[in-house]
Amino acid sequence: MKTLRQEFTKGFTEQLPPFKLVLGLCPTLAVTTSLEGGLGMGLATLFVLIMSNLVISALRNLIPKKVRIAAFITVIAGFVVIVELLMKAYTPQLFDILGVFISLIVVNCIVLGRAEAFAKKNNAVRSILDGAGIGLGFTLSLGVLGFIREVLGRGSVTLFSQANLKFQLLPVTDGYFFKLAVEPPGAFLFLGLILFFINLASMRQEGKKTSYS
Amino acid sequence: MTEYLLLFISAVFVNNILLAQFLGNCPFIGVSNKVSTALGMAMAVVFVITISSMFTWMSVKYLLIPLELEYLQTIAFILIIATLVQFVEIFIQKVSPTLFRTLGIYLPLITTNCAVLGVSIINIRNEYDFMHTLVHSFSAAVGFGLALVLFAGIRERHALCDIPKPLRGTSLALITAGLLALTFSAFKGLL
Repeated sequence: MKTLRQEFTKGFTEQLPPFKLVLGLCPTLAVTTSLEGGLGMGLATLFVLIMSNLVISALRNLIPKKVRIAAFITVIAGFVVIVELLMKAYTPQLFDILGVFISLIVVNCIVLGRAEAFAKKNNAVRSILDGAGIGLGFTLSLGVLGFIREVLGRGSVTLFSQANLKFQLLPVTDGYFFKLAVEPPGAFLFLGLILFFINLASMRQEGKKTSYS
Repeated sequence: MTEYLLLFISAVFVNNILLAQFLGNCPFIGVSNKVSTALGMAMAVVFVITISSMFTWMSVKYLLIPLELEYLQTIAFILIIATLVQFVEIFIQKVSPTLFRTLGIYLPLITTNCAVLGVSIINIRNEYDFMHTLVHSFSAAVGFGLALVLFAGIRERHALCDIPKPLRGTSLALITAGLLALTFSAFKGLL
C-alpha cells in the first residue's frame, strides 16, 4: 500500500501525464501554443479531476458495475459544465483561446482513466490526492511545453492576456518568427522530441545502474 | 454547390481534424499500426461522426434552444453519442453481420473519441444549418480517415526499420505525425 504522500507525488514522477502516461494528447497538442493556454487547460483539468475523483470514490459502492462508465461520464460532464460556465464568466479571453477543448475535458482519457483505475477502488482522501497529483503533473507538463513553444515561436511570453503582461525573452525583431513552433506541425514535433529526450535520459540512468551492478 | 465543395476541401485537407485541429489523437497514435485496422477504424468513424452530428444538431435546434437549456449542451451531447454508438452497434449486428465483423470492435472505442464530440460542438459554434452540418461532419470524418490510413502506411514501414532505441514508440509516432501535418499544411494555398 502506498503512503498518502506517494499517492500525491506519483502524479509528477512515475505517472507524469502526458509524458510517462501517454493519455490526453488532444488538449496537450492543441492548447500549448502559449504558456497561458497550457496552464489554463491544466488547471481546468485539475479541478475536474479532483472533483470527479472525489464524487466517484464517494459513490463507488452505489454505482452498479454494468453502467459505471456512463455514470462516470455523467459526473465528469457535470463538473466540466461548471468549469465552462465559470471560465466564460471570469476569464473570457482564456475561454476563447481554449475554445472547444474545455468542453472536451469530458472525453479526456486522463480523467476517465483515473476514475476507472483509481477512484472506483479507493477512498475519498486517497482519490483527491491522486487527482491533485496527476492534475498538477498535467498542468506542469502543459506549462513546460507551452513555454518552450511560445518562446521559440514568438520570442516572448504573455501572461494574463487581460492584463497584457508581456515578457520579452529572446532578443528578436518584429520580423523574426520561428513560426513552426506555434503552428500545428510544431505541436507534434516538440512533444515527440521531449518524449525522445525523456526516453534517452531514463535509458542513460538504467545503463548506469546495470554497469555498476 | 461550390460552397459545399469548398467546405469539403477545407475540412478534409486544410483544417484536417487530426493534423490541424488535434481532435481524436488517442486512436490516431494508438490504433494505427496496420493499414487494415486503420481502414476499419476510419470507416467506423465516418459512420458515427456523420450520424451523431445530425442528431446532436437536431437536439440543439429542437430541444435545448426551445427549452432554454443551452448550458446542458456538453452533457446532452455525450449522452446522445454514447447511446447512439450503442444503438448503431446493435443495429449493425442485426442487419449486417459482415459489416459488424469489420467495424464491430472499433465502435465502443469511438464513444471516447474526442473527434465525435468535437465535430458536434464545432458545428454548433459555427452556427451551421442542417446541410452544412451534414457536409462538414462527413468531410471532417473523411479527413480523419485519410490521415489515419496514410499514417498507418508510414508506421507499417517503420516496423521494418532499425530505429534508435529512445525514439521507438510514441516518440517517433509523434514526430512522423508532425511531418505529415507539415505536408498537409501545404494545402493551405488551395483555398
